Amino acid sequence: MPKAIEISSLTKYYGKARGIVDLNLTVDEGDFFGFIGPNGAGKSTTIRALLGLIFPTSGSTAIFGKPVSRNRSDILDAVGYMPSEAFFYPTMRVRDVIRFSADLRGKDCREEARSLCDRLELDTAKKISELSLGNRKKVSIVCALQHRPKLCILDEPTSGLDPLMQREFYIILKERNAQGATIFLSSHVLSEIQRYCKHAAVIREGRLLVCDSTRNLGHTGAKRVTVSGIASPPSLENMRDVKITENTVSFLYGGDIRRLLGILASLPLTDIKIDEPDLEEIFLHDYGKEDA
Amino acid sequence: MVLLRHEMKQGRAALILWTASIALLLAVCILIYPEMESQVNEISGMFSDMGSFSAAFGMDQIDFGEFIGFFGIECGNILGLGGAFYAAMSGISSLAKEEKQHTAEFLLTHPVPRRKVVAKKLLAVLLQILILNIAVIAITILSTLVIGERPEIRPMALIFLAYLILQIEIASVCFGISSFISRGGLGIGLGIAALFYVLNLIANLTEKARFLKYLTPFGYTESADIIADGRIPPQYLTVGILFALAGITAAFYRYGTKDIA
Repeated sequence: MPKAIEISSLTKYYGKARGIVDLNLTVDEGDFFGFIGPNGAGKSTTIRALLGLIFPTSGSTAIFGKPVSRNRSDILDAVGYMPSEAFFYPTMRVRDVIRFSADLRGKDCREEARSLCDRLELDTAKKISELSLGNRKKVSIVCALQHRPKLCILDEPTSGLDPLMQREFYIILKERNAQGATIFLSSHVLSEIQRYCKHAAVIREGRLLVCDSTRNLGHTGAKRVTVSGIASPPSLENMRDVKITENTVSFLYGGDIRRLLGILASLPLTDIKIDEPDLEEIFLHDYGKEDA
Repeated sequence: MVLLRHEMKQGRAALILWTASIALLLAVCILIYPEMESQVNEISGMFSDMGSFSAAFGMDQIDFGEFIGFFGIECGNILGLGGAFYAAMSGISSLAKEEKQHTAEFLLTHPVPRRKVVAKKLLAVLLQILILNIAVIAITILSTLVIGERPEIRPMALIFLAYLILQIEIASVCFGISSFISRGGLGIGLGIAALFYVLNLIANLTEKARFLKYLTPFGYTESADIIADGRIPPQYLTVGILFALAGITAAFYRYGTKDIA
């Protein structure tokens, strides 16, 4: 299958400061890909290298099979990018920025721009300097999508957007994805990655930890067990992340299910819930604890 | 065209403000000349009797009784300094402002090669300088007509040409520096313009410092030399043009390989 994004042994140091180290990652065409990691993990560095904004210390990046180092303009023609911080020329009006972006691409995107502005409820007559972060984000979305790019690269796209707008934004992305566009977005909000992305990669301290389908990432065999009626956790091995509130005990269980049921059956329980843990819990548990 | 138009729009307010200020000061300066001419003996004596101060500003070699002499010193200083500051400001901020206001990420993720961005920005800076000078020359001609002076065309034209080249040199040097910095750099730009100006004052003061004229574009805009020789001093001019070319080359080279912050 053709690759939308290929990153090979990508390393970037800013002087002595680490950006990313030996990162390998491929994203198939048509994928909806999430790029997860805490702040400072190297998500933006990776994205900036993909766009040719920064030059790798070593390694290479390619988009649709073309090396970024040699075909930057060609590649950018097919890419829509939304930076994590939405900054524009402060004295310009929204519609002029959107128009300028389309003109730089040499494309007439007026119809698509109008439709996007309507859906996002963006007032195009306002000056950039008068906009809130959320509204600047919307300008950014329109500029990234109005030319119907084959690949959307979105860096922390939903920060600053209210929940309704986030929802509308993801609906738009899903439509584009259904029409064949590849979506690559970074986020530190795991729930949205889990909800919308087909595949995801986790990056931490500049290194790739894991890359898989979001279903597999969430499916580690562990269950979130919540039981009521007892005040202290049962004596079980393979328990993690134990939370106790009044007469409810909740924990992640990664051991044998029959043993779990055997022990629980002997307890004076009033209620029980056994769930798949969400990605957030796994992420926090597996990758977050080292911070503490 | 898109980028050039955008740049011209972004710089329009500053261009209008600087052009209006310089032209206005220049017009006022020319319009008071008839008044000064009537007291020319005292003034000429006073200006040329200030010793090294007169020398620094080149006033010891100038005849204030002639309009062109007066124009070269008084108006030259206005256009020289004003133009130098404007050129420094637009040159130094041209590339750096994109990173300062975080718009570089927006601009450079469009399918436009970086060298094209540099070329169009440079073109915009030069075009704005040209517009400023044309407007200033027009106002000067108008003002001279008003006071009824008919100065010789050639030295006047040479003085204006020298100042135009000075602005282009300063803008180009600052443009080169602009590609290395990622903040405003306005202080650096204005500092360079001021430094060039002061270097020339020092070069005028003593024979030992005369070599400084090679370093500063104000070395070839000295109206006394231009009027006396009927040409822009070629030795200083050549170095100036080389400085400008170095700045432009550095900008293209550096911006093409720069990590954008």
